[in-house]
This record gives sequence, C-alpha cells and structure tokens, in this order.
Amino acid sequence: MASIEPMKQFLVHEVVHIDPIVVPGLGAINMSITNSVLAMMIGALIIVALLGSAARGQLVPGRMQAFGEALYNLIDGTLVGPMIGDKGRPYIPFIFSIFMMVLVLNMMGLVFAIGNLGGQEWTFTATAQLAVTATLALITFLSVVVIGFVKNGFKFFKLFAPGGVPWPMLIFLVPIEIISFMVRPLTLSMRLFGNMIGGHVVMNIFATFVVMLAVLGMSGGIATLGWLGAGVSFFMVVALTALEFIVAFLQAFVFAALACVYLNDVVNLDSHGH
Amino acid sequence: MDLHSARMIGAGLATMGLIGAGVGLGVLFSGYLQGALRNPSAAPGAQPMLFLGLALTEALGIFALVMAFIILFV
Repeated sequence: MASIEPMKQFLVHEVVHIDPIVVPGLGAINMSITNSVLAMMIGALIIVALLGSAARGQLVPGRMQAFGEALYNLIDGTLVGPMIGDKGRPYIPFIFSIFMMVLVLNMMGLVFAIGNLGGQEWTFTATAQLAVTATLALITFLSVVVIGFVKNGFKFFKLFAPGGVPWPMLIFLVPIEIISFMVRPLTLSMRLFGNMIGGHVVMNIFATFVVMLAVLGMSGGIATLGWLGAGVSFFMVVALTALEFIVAFLQAFVFAALACVYLNDVVNLDSHGH
Repeated sequence: MDLHSARMIGAGLATMGLIGAGVGLGVLFSGYLQGALRNPSAAPGAQPMLFLGLALTEALGIFALVMAFIILFV
C-alpha cells in the first residue's frame, strides 16, 4: 500500500559531497552540491542558453528572437513601463533576471517531473525552499532600500509619512507604514514558497490517491468502486498540473510586479502623494 | 487528547484562514468583471493590477496554509 508522503519531495540531499569549509565567525559551512543547488545551476544554464540563442538583433526576428522579445516586452511593456515609467529603465535587467530565475525554477519543478528513478528523486522545485525564496526576496528588499537611500538620501523616510494627512493621524500611520514596509520580504518570500509547496503537495496527494484507490479496487466486491475514485483522482492530477503551470508563470509575474511596485515607491518618491 | 490528534485538529483549524482568501478572491474578480464588462476597452489596462491584487489576496490564504504545514510537519 502506498503511503502519503507529500513532503518527501522537498527533502534536500547531497549530490556531490564537498568537505565543509570553516569560515571564521560563522563555523563550518557545508559546501556540498545538493539537489537544490543542482536545480538552480541547471536553471541558470537554461536561462543562459535560452537568452543566448534569443539575443540576435536582426531586423526581422527569427523564432528565438521573437520569443526573447516577447519576454522582454512582458517586463518592459506591462510591468516597468506602466508602473515605474521612464525612470525605471535602469532597473529592467534586475527585474528581468528575477523574473526569469523564478519562472525557470518554477517550471523546472513541473517539466522535469520524471519521478522516482532508482531510489533518487529527479524532480526538484528550488522555489519550494524557503531559503531560496527568502534570498530572492531579501535581494529585492535590500536593493529597494539601497536605491532609495542613494536616490533620495534621508528624504527616503518620507516613505513612512504619507503627504496630505493631518498630523495627529501620523502617530498611528507611521508605525503601520514602517511595519508594512518591514514585512515586505516576509510576504514576498512566503507567497512564492507557499504557492509552490502548496501546489506540489496537493498534486502529490492526488497522485498518491490514484495508486491507493486502484490497489483498493483490485480487492474486489464493493471495493471495486475504488477504480472510479482512482479515475477521478487521475483527472484531478491532470487538471492540477495544468493549473500549476499557470501558477508557476503567475507567481514569477507577481514577484516581478511586486518588485516593480516596491521600486516605484522609492524611485518616484517625490512625484506621487508621499 | 494526545499530541498527534491535537496537531491534526490544529492544522485543520489553521486552514480556515482560506475562507477569507476565498471571499477576497471572489470580491476581486467580481469587481474586475463588472468593470471589464461595462467598459471592455479599459479591461487590458486593469489586468496587471488584477494579478497584483490576486497575489496580495492569495498570499494571506497561503499564510494559513503554511501555518497548517508548520503545525503538521515541523
């Protein structure tokens, strides 16, 4: 009988062992290449290969160049342009990198779903690791803070005191604004992590139902109805896989969109209401 | 009540946060559809904001789900 082990797919284990390096002040750090690191390396290679073949610069774009231009237009035309404006142009490479990394890592968890071969899990979603999403979110958050200070100096703190508010309200408003600013990396990382882990757990549970109910159905008698449940679960798995592809793209898009919103706050600090 | 059953009940209760996320998503999309059907030409411009609102609303539900997972597996 198959048992439900939905969290097993997120286990990190060593693929190539490298001896720990002792860093003064931090202690021993495990430098081994884990399946998480491997997934990110493959993801980075895919991005380089994809965009390398897309960067052609011909007047009439070929197939790959059209694909690359469509991706670029998605970031420039629907996110950075309308949300930040012309001042946002310098940050397109950053937003684009974040978007591509999240998108490819999300997709890799679904596309390379070869399953369990030779006792080794061959599918891994790096964005379902809180460490990975928290790192991406912290990079975004710290960039926003640094860019905010570089562009505005100490006027950066106007972010926490919205303009046009009577001053007694500021006593309540400023702490709220500060808290909502500080939880941004938390919500940013939790959203991606939760979506990925939730989707994969639900897919895994329904996939296990298929096997469990089919085994039950083989026992005969009234339990033959188990085949019906197995069929329903199977179609659920198919439908959920389709849904997860949408979610994988949407979460990458949303991560990039929120990075744009946060950048917009500090880049256009003077020009909108604050 | 032993720890295991308490965990199961707690995780089940933690998923109740998803009620709010469901209501929120319903309000969000009903608002978008009403606006989009009354003025279809303005609909594409509202789409990035729709997805943004979807993400912000959904995140709250996801937090409840993460809490359930933490109770169950950590």
